[in-house]
Amino acid sequence: MIVPNQSNIQLDAEGRLKHFLTIEGLNRELLTEILDTAESFAGVSERTVKKVPMLRGKIITNLFFETSTRTRTTFELAAKRLSADVLSLNISASSTSKGETLLDTLRNLEAMHCDMFVVRHADSGAAHFIAQHAAPHISVINAGDGRHAHPTQAMLDMFTIRRHKGDFSPLKVAIVGDIQHSRVARSQILALNTLGVAEVRIIGPATLMPVHAEALGVKVFHNLDEGIQDVDVVIMLRLQRERMSGALLPSEHEYYQLYGLTDERLEAAKPDAIVMHPGPINRGVEMDSQVADGPRSVILQQVSYGIAIRMAVMAMAMQRQGGAQ
Amino acid sequence: MNHPATLSILNGHLIDPANRIDEVRNLHIADGKILAIGEAPAGFQPEQTIEASGLIICPGLVDLSARLREPGQEHKATIASETAAAAKGGITTLCCPPDTDPVIDTPAVAEMIQHKAQQSALCRVLPIGALTKALDGEHLSEMVALKKAGCVVLSNALTPIRNTLIERRALEYAATFGITVFLRPEDPHLRNQGCVHEGPVAARLGLPGIPGAAEVVAIARDLALAEQTGCKIHFCRLSYGTSVAKIRQCSLPVTADVAAHQLFLTEDDLIGFNSNCHVIPPLRSQSDREALRQGIADGTISAICSSHQPHELDAKEAPFPSTAPGISGLETLLPLTLKLVDEGVLSLSDAIARITCGPAAVLGLPLGQLGIGSSADICLFNPRQRWQLATDELLSHGHNTPFLGCEFTGQVSQTLLAGRITYRRERDTPST
Repeated sequence: MIVPNQSNIQLDAEGRLKHFLTIEGLNRELLTEILDTAESFAGVSERTVKKVPMLRGKIITNLFFETSTRTRTTFELAAKRLSADVLSLNISASSTSKGETLLDTLRNLEAMHCDMFVVRHADSGAAHFIAQHAAPHISVINAGDGRHAHPTQAMLDMFTIRRHKGDFSPLKVAIVGDIQHSRVARSQILALNTLGVAEVRIIGPATLMPVHAEALGVKVFHNLDEGIQDVDVVIMLRLQRERMSGALLPSEHEYYQLYGLTDERLEAAKPDAIVMHPGPINRGVEMDSQVADGPRSVILQQVSYGIAIRMAVMAMAMQRQGGAQ
Repeated sequence: MNHPATLSILNGHLIDPANRIDEVRNLHIADGKILAIGEAPAGFQPEQTIEASGLIICPGLVDLSARLREPGQEHKATIASETAAAAKGGITTLCCPPDTDPVIDTPAVAEMIQHKAQQSALCRVLPIGALTKALDGEHLSEMVALKKAGCVVLSNALTPIRNTLIERRALEYAATFGITVFLRPEDPHLRNQGCVHEGPVAARLGLPGIPGAAEVVAIARDLALAEQTGCKIHFCRLSYGTSVAKIRQCSLPVTADVAAHQLFLTEDDLIGFNSNCHVIPPLRSQSDREALRQGIADGTISAICSSHQPHELDAKEAPFPSTAPGISGLETLLPLTLKLVDEGVLSLSDAIARITCGPAAVLGLPLGQLGIGSSADICLFNPRQRWQLATDELLSHGHNTPFLGCEFTGQVSQTLLAGRITYRRERDTPST
């Protein structure tokens, strides 16, 4: 018996983006619209006046229950370039330590007339929870929840791929590393499949793979050289320090021997393959510095595209809001 | 409610699986006990009669696990509120696990719970004593004292005993005094931080998973220790298909139960992070659900329980992994069991057996049957009444059920505990 379930809460009755919580349930047209909108914002950063007045008078609150530098900064910049007022709260240090529930925190912020929450939380499903409980006029953007999803990161990766490769349909993409604990990988896999790539591969030892990984729509490889054979894109994932020794992996050294990306091993990929990484990189663990700084690396472009993607998602979710008022 | 000393229930369809009765029979009650079935004894003049045509009369339900939250968590529920909910669900006997606060590891707590239950007098409450002090898994509880104080069985509730040697000692000591031990099979190391079944849905939602092996490893260990010690053990809340096969194959006289929701819900119900489907053991795959149903059908699993875990609203209002696990299940035990009949899993008589004489046999008590001289614990229900589960209908203080809004067929009309009416549905029409 499937119990009564909510339909896709990310979209409003007209099918427009209301919240951006996960790639799951969004179709190719909508993802393409996000990429196209980001394309139109990509130029803003290069202008002398790096601002458009789209969200003037709106209040956007960054609710970070987990620390982050890069993601929070790019969300802040994105909001400011849209002329919104931005409030950044590091909640892990404030309310929750005083025993306030997440719902209480939410109600207090609503009382301050926020229009959008950008949420990062250590629990999978946290962004869904907040979207379900926030006042109807508020949009929620997921900036990473547990191991579940990090959809803006996935979309900036798609943006980077599209800029370099154009068409998604012939592409073979390999994601290497700790898939099991990665919300980035989960969102990337969904986005790549929705955008219609030819093949998504994941590469790593079984201890870093989700059980039933095939259900995600990927081909599983345990050997790096086999896995990156003829791929167009190699996405390296960050390996958390605490996972490098213990029961998941024997050592940093052995991991690098087996899965560390070097120029030599990259030879197996297509000659024009690009190398990506969501950052921050562990040089000499996931990849060699020569690869990270080499001609095929697009890692720094990913960071700057992150602002355009986040501007696009915020603008799209708020546009709906503007229309409703 | 009035409490007549003598009572006849007339023209109802009596189903008493333990005594192999499945036909229209009158039932006569005197002094809280079954006096006669069929013909009334000569000269019997009941003070009251209940017209039960169109209704099914069965033994009152016996529930092997219902948390009442008292003592210690009265903000979730109380003995009074939950025994009322039990009566509404046709339940006349329930076992409450020892993980109260304080834990049921002293006679005083066991006696206090029974005393409070007797005051409300809506359901027979059998406390389950703690197997180890404070459920710490290290120090044996005073098992004999607990038994004398009314604890029919012992268990370590949801906290597995990590040390195998301690488990061996606990089972040996319990066996010495003929005490049955309830075990919730779970390897704590394999459980790790998991909160859902380790399967495709967990992979997609990024929720930490509990592998089926966590249950199978514990069952293998528990069976070996049961054989070693001769202790009578009962497995609580099976969730995994392989577990059922292991128990079916084993030659020991072990018994097992399953939570009613586990026979209907699967991991697919977690999509959308529905915290009302957060339960431990977790909802597993469709094939596991089929294996559990097969186990219920062939009797490998002899009892269905409510696994009632009422929570206040806040406990379920958080991101999924931070919510409290459990479903408020007293009022859906009978309707879900009847749904198994509708879905062709087992006959009505066998279904009733799994919630009456089946669990009573696990406890070794002469309950869950309506033989002459036994306690007049009776459930009358209308098998054709259609109804919808709604919050304002629930008597339990816990409204945490994923079945809200679901439609059921079969509704309790009256419940009697030792011949006294503990629940009567108002405006009930006996036949439709």
